[in-house]
Amino acid sequence: MRRFVSHKARNLITKTSTISSTICSSSTISPLNSLSPAAAALRFLSTLHPHSMDSITIDTINPKVLKCEYAVRGEIVTIAQKLQQDLKDNPGSHPFDEILYCNIGNPQSLAQQPITFFREVLALCDHPSILDKSETQGLFSADAIERAFQILDQIPGRATGAYSHSQGIKGLRDTIASGIEARDGFPADPNDLFLTDGASPAVHMMMQLLIRSENDGILCPIPQYPLYSASIALHGGTLVPYYLDEQTGWGLEISELEHQLNTAKSNGIDVRALVVINPGNPTGQVLGEANQREIVEFCKKEGLVLLADEVYQENVYVPDKKFHSFKKITRSMGYGEKDISLVSFQSVSKGFYGECGKRGGYMEITGFSPEVREQIYKLASVNLCSNISGQILASLVMSPPKVGDESYESFSAEKEAVLSSLARRAQALQDALNSLEGVTCNRAEGAMYLFPRINLPDKAIKAAEEAKTAPDAFYAKLLLNATGIVVVPGSGFRQVPGTWHFRCTILPQEEKIPAIVSRLTEFHKKFMDEFCG
Amino acid sequence: MSKPLDYENLNENVKKCQYAVRGELYLRASELQKEGKKIIFTNVGNPHALGQKPLTFPRQVIALCQAPFLLDDPNVGLIFPADAIARAKQFLAMTSGGLGAYSDSRGIPGVRKEVAEFIERRDGYPSDPELIFLTDGASKGVMQILNSVIRGPSDGILVPVPQYPLYSASIQLLGGSLVPYFLEETANWGLDINDLRQSVAQARFKGITVRAMVIINPGNPTGQCLSVANLKQIIQFCHQENLVLLGDEVYQQNIYQDERPFISARKVLLDMGPPISKELQLVSFHTVSKGYWGECGQRGGYFEMTNIPPKAVEEIYKVASISLSPNVPGQIFMGLMVNPPKPGDISYDQYVRESKGILESLRRRAHMMTDGFNSCRNVVCAMYSFPQIRLPPRAIEAANKLGKAPDVLYCLRLLEATGISTVPGSDIELDYHGDEDATDPGEKIVNPPWYVVGRVFTDKFINPKSLSDAMGKAWRLGEGMAVRELENNVFIF
Repeated sequence: MRRFVSHKARNLITKTSTISSTICSSSTISPLNSLSPAAAALRFLSTLHPHSMDSITIDTINPKVLKCEYAVRGEIVTIAQKLQQDLKDNPGSHPFDEILYCNIGNPQSLAQQPITFFREVLALCDHPSILDKSETQGLFSADAIERAFQILDQIPGRATGAYSHSQGIKGLRDTIASGIEARDGFPADPNDLFLTDGASPAVHMMMQLLIRSENDGILCPIPQYPLYSASIALHGGTLVPYYLDEQTGWGLEISELEHQLNTAKSNGIDVRALVVINPGNPTGQVLGEANQREIVEFCKKEGLVLLADEVYQENVYVPDKKFHSFKKITRSMGYGEKDISLVSFQSVSKGFYGECGKRGGYMEITGFSPEVREQIYKLASVNLCSNISGQILASLVMSPPKVGDESYESFSAEKEAVLSSLARRAQALQDALNSLEGVTCNRAEGAMYLFPRINLPDKAIKAAEEAKTAPDAFYAKLLLNATGIVVVPGSGFRQVPGTWHFRCTILPQEEKIPAIVSRLTEFHKKFMDEFCG
Repeated sequence: MSKPLDYENLNENVKKCQYAVRGELYLRASELQKEGKKIIFTNVGNPHALGQKPLTFPRQVIALCQAPFLLDDPNVGLIFPADAIARAKQFLAMTSGGLGAYSDSRGIPGVRKEVAEFIERRDGYPSDPELIFLTDGASKGVMQILNSVIRGPSDGILVPVPQYPLYSASIQLLGGSLVPYFLEETANWGLDINDLRQSVAQARFKGITVRAMVIINPGNPTGQCLSVANLKQIIQFCHQENLVLLGDEVYQQNIYQDERPFISARKVLLDMGPPISKELQLVSFHTVSKGYWGECGQRGGYFEMTNIPPKAVEEIYKVASISLSPNVPGQIFMGLMVNPPKPGDISYDQYVRESKGILESLRRRAHMMTDGFNSCRNVVCAMYSFPQIRLPPRAIEAANKLGKAPDVLYCLRLLEATGISTVPGSDIELDYHGDEDATDPGEKIVNPPWYVVGRVFTDKFINPKSLSDAMGKAWRLGEGMAVRELENNVFIF
């Protein structure tokens, strides 16, 4: 085989040498005259090539990589890490004694405890050889042992160390499908589920399928979770913004969607999909049912894929709002496979369990042709499969202990404790923010964030300009240096031009909230005093 | 009504991408399995699926990290040894929030330090943990690096043929160009530098800038180990051509012979000394999926960068951060793999016993399978055999009628008849070069050769005779067809 190809190469090179001698001065190739024509051509071709520009440097790296941004882990976090090291090396070197990370939805890094039942099952699945031991019964609850047996029976060969089906282990998908069915009251098909390493790879996969060039657009809310802007940039598409209305609690207006869609179209953009984040990140609003129906109608009418980021579905804190999945909404409207293409993303990182490090999640895809589904499967298979521990956890969060199970009471107590505490923290932070001069903050109906608007004085904006930084990043940096509180500037999420915000999680431990409030209040007052005068 | 996302309006790069290891054959095999047939999957190196038991110690440590409340239980010592408990505590102390918290996007600093120490012990040169990124398996790492390199269709990546399909699939997805170079079957699948030069010259002629070169060492799927001399040549070649060298070294534990040990590209590079050791850009990949650990389901891996400038490292870090962090249990597995129990530890004896048992069984099976395919001389290490078969014209005709590559058809038939699942060579970037052959009077090959890749994980003993029989049955193309074994792994039908 190799011989055929070498021969082919030889032919080509012979041709090449003829071409090159016609386009170059003979003096260039004369030193090579003593070599065989093929070798001469090779040498010659090598000299054609400038060497200094090729390998990975900042000038030769994929420009799409340069273009994408991800503020949640950007400059502010780098400064925070330096400050933390500083505090460790020289205690007392800063006006605060610890860094308070309010930048990222990573609850267990802020001491939130994992749900015991989930972890019992995971431990047993990771080390199944102890399942039969009598001592195990003294260390683990009976229903966790039973569940581990059930799960292992669903895994071919009971092998948690093997690659699985690229969509995820079939038995676990069955469990998740039942969980979706129980949530929505409409059937779910395990073959529609793709288990992924967290929700982010699923979003990437959809962007990869949808985006062919910069002429393909994806409608995204502004403010948005920067995974969207980053993955659209990485795949070379165009983000088509639609603005959420801060005045109406980050309302999603259909007229705004229509307006932005038409503008994009008139710019030659082929809009392919609409991203909706519900509950909202960073904005924390929970969509009303009527609004969701309008969104579905809009996607159906305009022929858009609806990408529903529903990773915060368990995080709703206000009694007047309820989470409804878009799958449920479409089915309750009588729409099925033929009517609308819908992708729903779910993750084990959020909810009351907050298992970010596990990288578990799934997407449910409905309304796609068999050919497209095959392509999605192919994409999933390139990565072989998602991690098994994350897959098991995804099945657990969609089928937690039920009334009557041994662990039910402790499970419910743990769940309730996390959710009610998050609700209290959201309220306390929101009240504190609203009491600051020039700050307004919508309530966090759901998710894990507050996104207050700060009306910055002109002097502060000028100072930021001089420091060559966005005014809200300027504010966030001063806040960090003065208090140790880490927030993400609103510019990382995009916002209505001329308005400034920051995103602050509601995740710090409850006993730390009063200190955060007082430090923030004190800082803000000083800041305004300095820049208003 | 057409759908908003139809086959017609899908990203073309996605359509172009082929992934053979999990392609048509895998799906058909899964179907047959559902129908109750016993299928021996040899197409994905996935040892636990074939009954290999996991090593005990790492599973104990992970279980304890999953359930840290056990660590406070006075009875924990009844089922967990003290060194597993100590190790779990040590790992949990490295994390900020246990297994349930996102780590640094590059991986837990403490684990990266353990990886750096492992590399230093292996190569004899210090390694910087800041230049080691942990990933969800090696394939994610490969994707990240290729994504940084490939700007468009005129950027080419040199990939060995036959190759592991991950590379062709990733390069197609990212919209780059695969530039093949050919491994010399008669030289133990070694590398011929003149071939490399030809491949690069050919690519340049087509307007492709070759930017990186992949080597898979030890090899997948061909199973070769590169010699130091060969590695030196490769490094010099990459340096001359200014290519990034991507060293896929995921099989470094799978050596089934003693005469040629694994030597990392990094060690060879650093042994060469400056200026080249300070200039050549190298990225090396490793994983917990291969080796005798075979922990495929954990998706743990890392890549280490040598001579990549800080600004480019920062960009790679940024892209990693969009995915937040690799899975934490997989990171812990990596930490355990690079720093296993030591002599004197309670679990040491058991660990060594289990490891030896697995390695010996793998070694035995490697020889069995390759003996079966009668290509013993070519397969000295790693988990794959790569026999060459020569198909009769009638078989090729039949395949053409069905619109399938002949070796795909062969593999499908083999699967149906024997339950042995293999990957056809044509999916692994081998094209039919019939036209060119005809014009070359110097070449004496009558029929183009086809390849089958078989992987060695099977519990069945396969001898050449029974394999020939199985192949004969697999074909069933007509009455009275005979299978005869010629020299050097060539079967004639």
